[in-house]
Amino acid sequence: MTGPSVSELDTIIGNSWKKPAFIKRTWLRWGLLIGALIYLVLAINSVEVNWHRVWEGLDRGARFVAAFARPDFVTRWTDISAGMLESIIMTIASSVVGIAISIPIGLGAARNISPLPVYLVCRGIVAISRALQEIIVAILLVAIFGFGPLAGFLTLSFATIGFLSKLLAEDIEAMDKVQAEAIRASGARWWQWINYGVQPQVMPRLIGLSMYRLDINFRESAILGLVGAGGIGATLNTAFDRYEYDTAAAILIIIIVIVMGLEYLSGIIRARVQ
Amino acid sequence: MLRLEGLDKTYATGDRALKAVDLEVSKGQVLALIGPSGAGKSTLIRCVNRLVEPTGGKAYLDDVELTTLSSAALRRERRRMGMIFQEYALVERLTVMENVLSGRLGYVGFWRSFLRRFPQSDVDEAYRLLDRVGLLHMADKRADELSGGQRQRVGICRALIQNPALLLVDEPTASLDPKTSREIMRLIVEMCRERGLAAIINIHDVALAQMFVERVVGLELGALVFDGTPDELTPDVLTRIYGEEDWEATIEKVDEDDNEASQ
Repeated sequence: MTGPSVSELDTIIGNSWKKPAFIKRTWLRWGLLIGALIYLVLAINSVEVNWHRVWEGLDRGARFVAAFARPDFVTRWTDISAGMLESIIMTIASSVVGIAISIPIGLGAARNISPLPVYLVCRGIVAISRALQEIIVAILLVAIFGFGPLAGFLTLSFATIGFLSKLLAEDIEAMDKVQAEAIRASGARWWQWINYGVQPQVMPRLIGLSMYRLDINFRESAILGLVGAGGIGATLNTAFDRYEYDTAAAILIIIIVIVMGLEYLSGIIRARVQ
Repeated sequence: MLRLEGLDKTYATGDRALKAVDLEVSKGQVLALIGPSGAGKSTLIRCVNRLVEPTGGKAYLDDVELTTLSSAALRRERRRMGMIFQEYALVERLTVMENVLSGRLGYVGFWRSFLRRFPQSDVDEAYRLLDRVGLLHMADKRADELSGGQRQRVGICRALIQNPALLLVDEPTASLDPKTSREIMRLIVEMCRERGLAAIINIHDVALAQMFVERVVGLELGALVFDGTPDELTPDVLTRIYGEEDWEATIEKVDEDDNEASQ
């Protein structure tokens, strides 16, 4: 029994060892690499840069950056505070509604706990929500509901569903099957099984994702104003249109501070629910 | 009390895990199911409470035929079959008490369980069981703070609080040290005796099985190849179940263990 294995060993001993290549055919491996390099060079050359325009723009950019050194919170404070309040309300309302709708859809979109028809419907909803970019949805909803925060609120709720349901479903699919099985073996009903066997396993991730989505929704609310869907974005847009870079700087600083605050808060919360 | 008639399981992959298994377990009988990895031991006990759906044959718990039950009726019958798992299968982020009380889920309504407002009798019984296994002081600890042996004790409490007639036990001592393994096996067997429970214990440690049970069943490639008392496990029988190996040491070790245990 040891005879043949020793001779097999003899033939390979002394050979160097290399990790097997991901693409086995040598010509294909090098072909793809060289092709990618050629594409990269061509792609970079195809981008036209007007260096004269850049030179002029640098000056404008410098003024913009300089404005951060002396942000003006005072002149337009009523506009800023009203816009900020609207953004915060939009953010919180859309996060709460979006998360509440995401949870059942996330359960439905997890293949290991849902029957196939439910799974397909829920995955369909997730796919639609993710395929439609926020700005496009916002333009549509502004057309339907008119200018203002209602369109922004609905847009962000809709976007939250695609984001949260998908990631929640993926976390459920990756859960420890045996823990859930143990609950099922006790004769639990479906909802009890979810509550005892599934929920404890995915709760930290759900809370972490919800905090992250709150953060995203706040930042998005600053963009949605550009298409008339309410919030601080409208104020920011007006400030840019009037070349009031100092007011714009003030708004951006407030956004940065709030996002940092949310980040800090989410760190604390996630550490506690682990 | 449990009767399997020609129980068959073929997985979607085409693997035939159980080949027409006939088995009868009487009330209060503790049975060890031995066999090599992949022999179908786990599949067999999961086909009884239908965590795995059998593809043929019948299983009777007393007079109830299990394989054709509707989901509501199946839930009622699952309450009578407590299950103890390999690697404990506690819900790690729930407390010890929640894990034990989850054994009552088949008996309480959704809102009661959701609000963790279990009937006082259930709470008292949970405390009694935890006290019995020496973990009363751990009741409000999270399950993932416990050691392996402690977790399996909680798993035993969770199965017993169902007030079952039958225990389905899947490799209860895998990943436990030898001393803890014996303690856990002893606890399971004692509890079965106290409460008159029947049990099927999947176990790959032959010596441990011989030490604690009155009946041993050998499974190989999904078919029953041995059914007898621990004393009847000769090297020939072990070769039939597991394949060629020097079995004398395994069996001798058992004798020593027995002496040690009786001292």
